[in-house]
Amino acid sequence: MTETLKVSGLSVSYATRQGSLQALRDVSLDVQSGQIVGVVGESGCGKSTLISALMRLLPENARVTDGRIDLDGEDILTASPRRLRAMRGREMSVVFQDPMTSLNPVLSIGRQMRDIQYREGVSTAEKDRRAAHMLGRVGLPDPEARLRGYPHELSGGMRQRVAIAMATLMHPKLLIADEPTTALDATLEVQIIALLQAIQAEIGCAILFISHHLGVIAELCDRVVVMYAGETVEEGPVADIFERPAHPYTAKLIECDPGRLKTRADTLPSIPGSLPDLTDPPSGCIFRDRCDLATEICATQRPPRRAVSPGRWSACHHAEKVTP
Amino acid sequence: MTQPLLTLTDVSVEFPALGGLKALMAPPDKRRVQAVAGVSLHLHPGETLAVVGESGSGKTTLARAVNGLVPLAGGTVNFDGQALQDGPDWTAVRRRMAMMFQDPTGSLSPRKTVGDLILEPFVIHGIPVADRTVKARDLLAAAGLDADFMDRYPHQLSGGQARRVGVARALALDPALVLADEPTAGLDVSIQGEILNLMNRVKAERGLATLIITHNLNILRHIADRIAVMYLGRIVETGPVEAILTAPAHPYTHALMAANPEPDPTARHERLILKGETPALTARPSGCEFHPRCPVARADCARIAPALEPARTGGKVACRYPLGADETLTACPPAASPPAAQG
Repeated sequence: MTETLKVSGLSVSYATRQGSLQALRDVSLDVQSGQIVGVVGESGCGKSTLISALMRLLPENARVTDGRIDLDGEDILTASPRRLRAMRGREMSVVFQDPMTSLNPVLSIGRQMRDIQYREGVSTAEKDRRAAHMLGRVGLPDPEARLRGYPHELSGGMRQRVAIAMATLMHPKLLIADEPTTALDATLEVQIIALLQAIQAEIGCAILFISHHLGVIAELCDRVVVMYAGETVEEGPVADIFERPAHPYTAKLIECDPGRLKTRADTLPSIPGSLPDLTDPPSGCIFRDRCDLATEICATQRPPRRAVSPGRWSACHHAEKVTP
Repeated sequence: MTQPLLTLTDVSVEFPALGGLKALMAPPDKRRVQAVAGVSLHLHPGETLAVVGESGSGKTTLARAVNGLVPLAGGTVNFDGQALQDGPDWTAVRRRMAMMFQDPTGSLSPRKTVGDLILEPFVIHGIPVADRTVKARDLLAAAGLDADFMDRYPHQLSGGQARRVGVARALALDPALVLADEPTAGLDVSIQGEILNLMNRVKAERGLATLIITHNLNILRHIADRIAVMYLGRIVETGPVEAILTAPAHPYTHALMAANPEPDPTARHERLILKGETPALTARPSGCEFHPRCPVARADCARIAPALEPARTGGKVACRYPLGADETLTACPPAASPPAAQG
């Protein structure tokens, strides 16, 4: 298997009035071809910054201070604007969280799908045919007629299907799914997950699936990367991580999900404390203030990523002591 | 059994579906949609009822109707012996019936400090407060916040802290009933537990009755005594929380519970995937309104609308062919698969 996406040591900071906000610090992750890798973390963990960095869509006040992003061996961070335009949509594409805002409301769906193919040297009729085929593939009834329709004519679930059709139309190597089911109802969420699985099996793309929803990650992904306050704290196969988390944050996050508890709990678990100030990140381990296992070493030394079992690592000094 | 604190009988809420000339031209039955269509439920003192359903099922509208924020189109609401359908003194009613709004930060005035915000209910209702600082500190403490939050502004609060301020405001006047609209919306799982524990604690301490509106099925078991499931503005199933979570009688409830992904990779299984989406309120299906999506619908479901009747769960269900206790629905009929792509 080859690496479709390799992020190594990526650090991104934003210039703010309070100083430099270090949104991502030494983030590393791999996505093998054909794999679905989940990125899980709560608000403020840097998921959105990561996506923006991957697509080179960071806002002006952001600066990549360190690291590399390779898509199929090609360095994205040094790619020319011209090359980036060629890559976006064809080699990597994104399905965004909110299908209400990610589609252009004033252009017909057909026009938007034709625009995606503007580098293809084929006739408009052929582009329309391909677009209709893809719309049919994602389960839109009467795809030819839909090409003339506009996004507002569709329901939320159908809009997200259109967004998936657009993102996968050019058979990208990497599909980034940014919380694609968060804005949808539970019964639609399972439909979209099943659709993503089917499309992935068909076109063989790698998927980087960003979510805060542990249930969806467990359902869909092969591997999972856990992020906390701008750092990747643990990575491994999804079954291993849910069964035996090797980072205290992962263990707590899983414990906090009330869906796990099958009997009524009078006191629900939570993680006391709050995120550290990222304009002045604490020394040592980023999670130590909220961690039960923290010792002196955690305050002074930043825990290195180290292998805890084949195919997985954890950035914790006390990874062996973590109990599920 | 004691008298219910809140009784809703056949409550409906309508909104205009069309504006301007279109409304005049349309036949009368197309001019309005029923967001809440004949809902009856009751809530006893100290009890927690969770109203669940997907977006557009009318659950938020129901809570707003109870609190007088949208007018009733029909039915009656009785709150502690007082009829609310014929324009009561809402200020007096809301003193005993507090609302926690969905957006924790958006429902706080950005120009007021937390201290002012939690004392606002006293100002609105003209209740003298002997010592504002002491009162504010007590309320903050009840919601689990330090006194130094008093001088902060809403934009300086995290989602969880803003939600705690919302709880403090709701509790300020010692209400008998709290209407909580999506109390966990926008909160991370690590914070969600704290807020629910807080709500459970104040409920137990003060004997509060709570009506919780939520689409978060994972929390139901831990906060509610009973649940009511809404679909297209109607209650399709209601009953004790544990009975309904483990073996629902309505196929929709079953599908809703089955659609909830579990945080356990070993629990991956063939899911019941409902076909299609919730129909628009302007195009309610005939008979049982769930029949076009129902995996076990029979021919007469399209003709005969089911009534809410007692079920084996100990609650009520609006289904003519309710599910048995061990019945599980695993797959949809073949017709449900997406149409084949045309080359």
